[in-house]
Amino acid sequence: MSAGFDFSNHSRNTFLSEKGLKVPKATSTGTTIVGCLFKDGIVLGADTRATEGPIVADKNCEKIHFISDSIRCCGAGTAADTEFITALISSNIELHALSTGRKPRVVTAMTMLKQRLFQYQGHIGAALVLGGVDPSGAHLFTIHPHGSTDKLPYVTMGSGSLAAMAVFESSWKPDLSREDALKLVTAAVSAGIFNDLGSGSNVDACVITATETEMLRGYVKPNERTQKERTYGFRRGTTAWTAEKIRNLVVSEEITPIGGEEMDTS
Amino acid sequence: MSQIWKYVRVTPSGGRVRGVPARSSTTSISLPGTPDHLSSQSTLILRFVMSIMEHNGGSVVAMAGKNCVAIACDLRLGAGAQTIATNFEKIFPVTDRMYLGLAGLASDVVTLREKFRYLTNMFLIKESRPLEPSTFAHLVSSTLYERRFGPYFCEPVLAGLERTPSGSYKPYIVGTDLIGCLNFAKDFIVTGTASDKLFGVAEGLWEPDLEPEDLFETISQTLMNAVDRDAYSGWGAVVHVITPDKVITRTLKGRMD
Repeated sequence: MSAGFDFSNHSRNTFLSEKGLKVPKATSTGTTIVGCLFKDGIVLGADTRATEGPIVADKNCEKIHFISDSIRCCGAGTAADTEFITALISSNIELHALSTGRKPRVVTAMTMLKQRLFQYQGHIGAALVLGGVDPSGAHLFTIHPHGSTDKLPYVTMGSGSLAAMAVFESSWKPDLSREDALKLVTAAVSAGIFNDLGSGSNVDACVITATETEMLRGYVKPNERTQKERTYGFRRGTTAWTAEKIRNLVVSEEITPIGGEEMDTS
Repeated sequence: MSQIWKYVRVTPSGGRVRGVPARSSTTSISLPGTPDHLSSQSTLILRFVMSIMEHNGGSVVAMAGKNCVAIACDLRLGAGAQTIATNFEKIFPVTDRMYLGLAGLASDVVTLREKFRYLTNMFLIKESRPLEPSTFAHLVSSTLYERRFGPYFCEPVLAGLERTPSGSYKPYIVGTDLIGCLNFAKDFIVTGTASDKLFGVAEGLWEPDLEPEDLFETISQTLMNAVDRDAYSGWGAVVHVITPDKVITRTLKGRMD
């Protein structure tokens, strides 16, 4: 097996779509992802909804991906693309750190990501917010699917980016405290969750400082499902079935004494 | 997969036409055989453009219970609106305590079944250790993502029991989209032409910590009721309930229309 993508189904699929059969859509994370600079580092935030067209495919997915100990990356766009490109760059960053013997830098990860995305001319549909702390300080980037990047003190991405940016524009200021930055990020993601249909469920957050990285999975859960009023269990025997096959996974064993003297265990 | 309904205007004498599977390109606004000069007049009709994922029909659902998991599928194999077979199982055993369900284009269901059989065997030969569901899930994911730009039209669902370090088993269900994005759920996973309906019914009926026999009733009723509202799934169903010491497989009595 070789590395890289396999295009061998491509001509078949083109043929099928020319026949008038619609090509399906992949899961996308119509998302709110944000990040902002504060006094000691970076706070990243994300909602936890994944959609497939108008259907909510996953109510509690993880959008803050691991790059290295002190670098994280939030992903919006085609879910599989964000998942795999961050895993690949995380792996390459680890190899890079091993070969240079230095702590990986955020610009390095950003460059690796943008070069790969540009190479694929936007066909890898990943819109990213990359943030972290390295020996040169705290850095925050956005990376678009075509490979362009921005370096800003507060950023938003995804379908809820407008709602989230409105919050940042009204309240962000330099040198926020950790508490205030977390509160601001939560407010920005919440704006996306409640005002953008593509975003929803919980707020995930991640605080990165020079000394530690704290992943706050399910930091705020404003949309918990309430206990059902009653249970909807069916009485056993409700469903009619015509055939049954039971495969036993426990093989019964029989012990046959073969005589002889007992072992001396004294 | 979302269905595309197209609104087409034809002559009043042409009457209403419903559910005509379109074979031509999606941009056409006249029905086959309708003269062009009549095509922009009064009566509103609907035309259904089928997706590749819907061509053969079929649905799969998996649910987690207390110390057990269940996975179920319908048995229909179609070609558009025509039913070809009613014994097309979409769930395949991978290991003793892990089953893989594949819904989508039937030729890809068969191709992927064989591919995963090969990959499972290679894993067992090379690694000589048991293949756990969490490992296999990533194998499925990478296999599908490799074809990111020419995908298999299949959305797999995996149900199994994962062995914990203490030697006990914990329920493990996972689904992916057609390019391998994993969806870890603690309750249920649905896929196929009836996925919209399955989402609704499962969301209402599923509850935590069901015993194997109760889980069987819940998953069976979920599948049967969802599939009865889907024209492209149905014609009987098969349910597998996986517990640490046995796998119960039952064929359900369903509507045959």
